Amino acid sequence: MTALLEVNDLRVRFRSMGPVRALVRGVRDPWIDAVCGVSFDIREGETVGLVGESGSGKSTLARAIDGLVAVDSGSVRFRGRELSGLARSEYTAVRREMALMFQDPAGSLSPRMTVRSLVTEPFRIHGYRERDLDAEASRLLRLVGLTDDFAGRFPHQLSGGQARRVGLARALALDPKLILADEPTAGLDVSVQGEALNLLARVQDELGVAILIITHNLNVVRHITDRMAIMYLGRFVEQGSTDDIFERPRHPYTEALLSASPQPDPDAARARVEISGEVPSLMNRPPGCEFHTRCPYARERCAIEAPAPAGASEGHEYTCHFPLDGAHPGAPGHETGR
Amino acid sequence: MTGAGDNVLEVRDLSLDFGSTRGRVHALRNVSLAVPRGRIVGLVGESGSGKSTLAVASIGLLAGNAEVVGGEILFEGRDILKMSERELRAIRGRRASMIFQDPMTALNPVRSVATQMIDIQYRDPIPEREKRSRAVAMLGRVGIPDPESRIEGFPHQFSGGMRQRICIAMALLAEPALLLADEPTTALDATLEVQIIGLLRRLQQEIGCSILFVSHHLGTVAELCDDVAVMYAGEVVEHGTVREIFRQPGHPYTQALIECDPGRIPEKTRHLPTIPGEVPDSLHVPPGCIFHERCPRAYARCAEEIPREYPAAGSDAHRARCHLLDPADGGATS
Repeated sequence: MTALLEVNDLRVRFRSMGPVRALVRGVRDPWIDAVCGVSFDIREGETVGLVGESGSGKSTLARAIDGLVAVDSGSVRFRGRELSGLARSEYTAVRREMALMFQDPAGSLSPRMTVRSLVTEPFRIHGYRERDLDAEASRLLRLVGLTDDFAGRFPHQLSGGQARRVGLARALALDPKLILADEPTAGLDVSVQGEALNLLARVQDELGVAILIITHNLNVVRHITDRMAIMYLGRFVEQGSTDDIFERPRHPYTEALLSASPQPDPDAARARVEISGEVPSLMNRPPGCEFHTRCPYARERCAIEAPAPAGASEGHEYTCHFPLDGAHPGAPGHETGR
Repeated sequence: MTGAGDNVLEVRDLSLDFGSTRGRVHALRNVSLAVPRGRIVGLVGESGSGKSTLAVASIGLLAGNAEVVGGEILFEGRDILKMSERELRAIRGRRASMIFQDPMTALNPVRSVATQMIDIQYRDPIPEREKRSRAVAMLGRVGIPDPESRIEGFPHQFSGGMRQRICIAMALLAEPALLLADEPTTALDATLEVQIIGLLRRLQQEIGCSILFVSHHLGTVAELCDDVAVMYAGEVVEHGTVREIFRQPGHPYTQALIECDPGRIPEKTRHLPTIPGEVPDSLHVPPGCIFHERCPRAYARCAEEIPREYPAAGSDAHRARCHLLDPADGGATS
């Protein structure tokens, strides 16, 4: 199977203070690593989920793939072509085949443009002047389940779900190979959330496009992704097939995330692995395993030595000294839990 | 049924309109809700169902264009709709307090946490030193590490979860009889959401207050609440204990809403259930049952007559507004 997108040891850094201040304060390394040594791939027509809490670097990763933030080191290969280091103008051509769906649907639509001009804007940007834009607009609107009546409307006349459909229509305009969807269901009600996800699934079946879904909603990931990765402090702590990870999480952080999702059942057994504290600052990464400060199973070794990735050969990679082997979240095979 | 004396908050048959340039928006219609003493009541509904309007109305915080058309809101037995602004101020922050959705904007960014927490105790005739130590103790109870020194910090020096904890500490400082929590975990990550829910449950038991917990997240409501009221397009369509609502939902809307939650679908599926159709326009409320246009089980009567509350399965307190539950109606067989 050929990979559509290959990301290898990707690192994205942001400056945390100016060079002068760093010099005055004696800070040697005034950078924070927002994405730190991430490797994964996406195959054609596949859906991959990227899960993590706020600040884990998942949106930054997507933006780095799409060339919206500069890559510090590592490689991003899309359809065999190296993207890191491309000039801004060269990226425009790449974005024909790689579309980004933004988190805030209403905010990403210009309030002064009609739906028709919004969904056909990609054609104008990429210089498809010969296309019949009216026909394209109505084709795209139909594809995302909107009627032609919507073509003349402005974004403020759309509901949250409709705005998201318009966002998807824009992303689909140039028939991309890959869609990077940043929180495609954030802020939607459950009844509409299902609609948005069904639409993504249907479009994928019809067009065979690969999708990278960035979300913090694990229930969403479970139903529509083939593979998933869990991010913590800019690194992948676990990645593998979605079914595998849900059935048998190996990293304690994954286990905690899985059990942190409240179920709509008052009698549900709450074998909860509650992790204490909050995500540490990127400016001040803990030594050893970066999760050890919150890990309920942490031992001495975790605070000293950073674990190496394991399990890559079986396609279920994790970064933990003492991986879990319990079959269900909340039933770890650890005898030394605190 | 519980008597009026047991309820901290009781909303009776409340109808409320908002004036707008396009006409009158009928935001709440004949809403009744009871928050018994010492219980956590969840108010569930989708965006625009009127749940936040109902919550802010219960402490008289409505916007200027709101007009109460009928009904009453009894807070500890007194109708707050008849109270003066002065009387309302005596209740707010002392007998009833509120936590808002966004902890980033609920705190004053240019004043220290200590100043803000001392200021809200302006009514208490105790020295400032004592107010400060009460604030420190409260911060400790909500799980802020090292509260003695952290209290001097400013809101931007705290993370989102910590800020929400500070908001909870401020709301509970006066040990109110009723805490209104408007989506307090929506802006937080899953692991923090779980922590905050656990914190609310623990403090509620310690202080013994009632909580009206507004949320669109069925999972958190199932986990935290004792009783649940379900709102749809400005009406309470069903209410009962949390077990009754989630186990034996009586109203087709509640049933559909619970079915839509991807968290309760055990098998992996690529096609998730939805509720077809759109929420009706509250400018022009359709006749009959508010849900009949989207209801899979609607029949002729639903489009004509507004259903009253009928007992649903379970206890006497479990009621739903649906003709299907009318024991005198034979048309409900389809």
